[in-house]
Amino acid sequence: MSGPVAVLESAGSSGALLVLSIVVPVAAALVAFVAGGRRTAWIALAALPVGLAVAVAIAAKVPQTGGALVYLLGGWAPPLGVALRADGLSAVMLVVTACVVAAIGVYARADFRVAAGAAEERAPFTFWILLLGVWGGLNTVFLAGDLFTLYVALEILTFAAVPLVCLDGRAETLQAALRYLLFALLGSVLYLAGTTLLYGAYGTLDVVLLSRLVTAEPAVLVAGSLMTVGLLAKTALVPLHLWLPPAHAGAPPAGSALLSALVVKGSFFIVVRLWFDVMPGLQSVAATQMLSALGATAILLGSVVALRQERLKLLIAYSTLAQIGYLFLMFALAYDAGAASMLKGDALAGGMLQAMSHAAAKAAMFMAAGSIYTALGHDRIAALAGAGRRVPGAVAAFALGGLALVGLPPSGAYLAKELLLRSAADTGQWWWAVVIQAGGAFTCAYLLLVLARVLGPVNRTATADETTDETATKRGRVGWSQQAAALALAACSLALGLVDWSAWLPVPPGTRLSSSLVDTIAAAVWPVLAGGVLAVLLGRWTPPPRGRLQQAAAALGPLRRAGVALGAGFCRADAFLRQWPVAGLSLLALAIVFGAALSARY
Amino acid sequence: MSETIVFGLCAAVVAGLGLYGAIVNPQPLRKILAFNLLGSGVFLFFGVVARRGAAAGFPGDPIPQALVITGVVVAFSATALALALLLRYFDATGSASLRDGAASNAGPESTDA
Repeated sequence: MSGPVAVLESAGSSGALLVLSIVVPVAAALVAFVAGGRRTAWIALAALPVGLAVAVAIAAKVPQTGGALVYLLGGWAPPLGVALRADGLSAVMLVVTACVVAAIGVYARADFRVAAGAAEERAPFTFWILLLGVWGGLNTVFLAGDLFTLYVALEILTFAAVPLVCLDGRAETLQAALRYLLFALLGSVLYLAGTTLLYGAYGTLDVVLLSRLVTAEPAVLVAGSLMTVGLLAKTALVPLHLWLPPAHAGAPPAGSALLSALVVKGSFFIVVRLWFDVMPGLQSVAATQMLSALGATAILLGSVVALRQERLKLLIAYSTLAQIGYLFLMFALAYDAGAASMLKGDALAGGMLQAMSHAAAKAAMFMAAGSIYTALGHDRIAALAGAGRRVPGAVAAFALGGLALVGLPPSGAYLAKELLLRSAADTGQWWWAVVIQAGGAFTCAYLLLVLARVLGPVNRTATADETTDETATKRGRVGWSQQAAALALAACSLALGLVDWSAWLPVPPGTRLSSSLVDTIAAAVWPVLAGGVLAVLLGRWTPPPRGRLQQAAAALGPLRRAGVALGAGFCRADAFLRQWPVAGLSLLALAIVFGAALSARY
Repeated sequence: MSETIVFGLCAAVVAGLGLYGAIVNPQPLRKILAFNLLGSGVFLFFGVVARRGAAAGFPGDPIPQALVITGVVVAFSATALALALLLRYFDATGSASLRDGAASNAGPESTDA
């Protein structure tokens, strides 16, 4: 997208917007830190609309520049200076991030409020500053124009994200946070080692300059594989996912939403920058197929283990694992073997659209799960019946967010799926089309499993132990603003497919939902049916004590037993992969295999 | 053998030791130390790159030195954050091992069907 001329020159005064989008959250975090007490929340909430306005302004300006909006810090041009650049991808990610952060801010207002009379409490104070920190880190990731700034931004993001996991200070969340931090640090050191190699080879780390210089020499291939694997560790792509489920499931709802929707997208975005912008011509069939194969593994493992979960938040965390895999499918589809280069086309647009839809939908689902937890005092899936009456808005947000993830028209995920399928057909890679469709069906399976519980009849035996004093005292009231924030985000994700993205993403103008009504209905119906079958075969449910359903369940006997055994096998595989030494060795092995795959050029 | 090769090999050995320790040691404190060793190896490598870029009367290329200072600051903050978390974890549990509960919520359960 970025033209060769404009990318190294400042775009005049509008470039200052880029600085503003980083300064607003960072300045707000500093001021909020100094002000303290009740004022922390107000300063954070005041910064949200300002930051959103700046992001929208950048997104409006980028198409007019015809390439990228550039700001040179101190007027020094690369390679000596540092540039901030916003291309179409940065612009859409900035806006989505600002929207999701704003919704999370509205949602968190009730959870992280300083009680009247109290001077200051640790958790609220920390939460608001970390929220701004994550936001500032992400904006820097999206705008940074050189690999070292990306490293610093990534670290800011990690340091702000890790304490979000353990805001409540329970031992298991502290453990999850520590594991997250230590593994993320391993990833970032690998990334840093890669930048050193690149600097040693070319004397610059600027993305645009590097993209003109890099050739397939050993140092670059080693750097590429080290950086990719380091970033995968931070994105938690299977098999490097040991930290994600406990961290995302243990954090408070607003924290989970932030971590799952946005934080993993930061390192994902850098992988995209690296593969599409820095070294598009150095990739190989083997490397792209391998990266997407890891994504397919993540979809399968994450979905099956999600179907076996007892707790709603863990189910959503494993769903994130599967959706992260979905994001990596685009790499194989974007590789053009003829040109021996990564092409910015349908596949990239589909992948980015999927990332945006997932950000909005997953934040909505985690916020809805938090409301359900507050309303019922627990989040055991088996005893969720009745949640629909207590928090209808949250249940609706969960359902809408889930449907948006499945890819029902007109959601962003539907358009993303169309784009990915189209590029799979164009490049003749039918196997990725199968994976894409299967991913939608699996997503639908765990959504149906939860919705069947929520909307089903109240199960007396399951609720008997639920009405103990312990859970009853944990119950609380859920304000309308929390449910409205979750609903709004879910609706956003569902409406993303209606936008014409050609101004920002590399798709032909007019690409939006265009299929006929029959196709649309077919696209909506078949993942639901397939998901239903998967949920019945693999899901965690007990047959009802009597009635016709029991006979149906009995008829399913052997198949169901096979499904349960398969699920148990996947859970064991997941537990095995999430041991520290196994994950560490996977990290090393992946780095070596990627290096070999990159050098195996066709 | 030139000095950049000697120091480059040293950097590789230090980083390798750190990586080995970070993967193999079960105790988080040792993992943190190993991370610092690994980081030191990478920083030393930055120094080697700076020395290789020596030109125009400079003993070394100044940009990698500026980068390495930033890297040291980042590694320092990371270590501080990790130690603070570890201390809190030790206070809460009386243990400093992450091994327990490593696979606490992913075991195959046998409660259904």
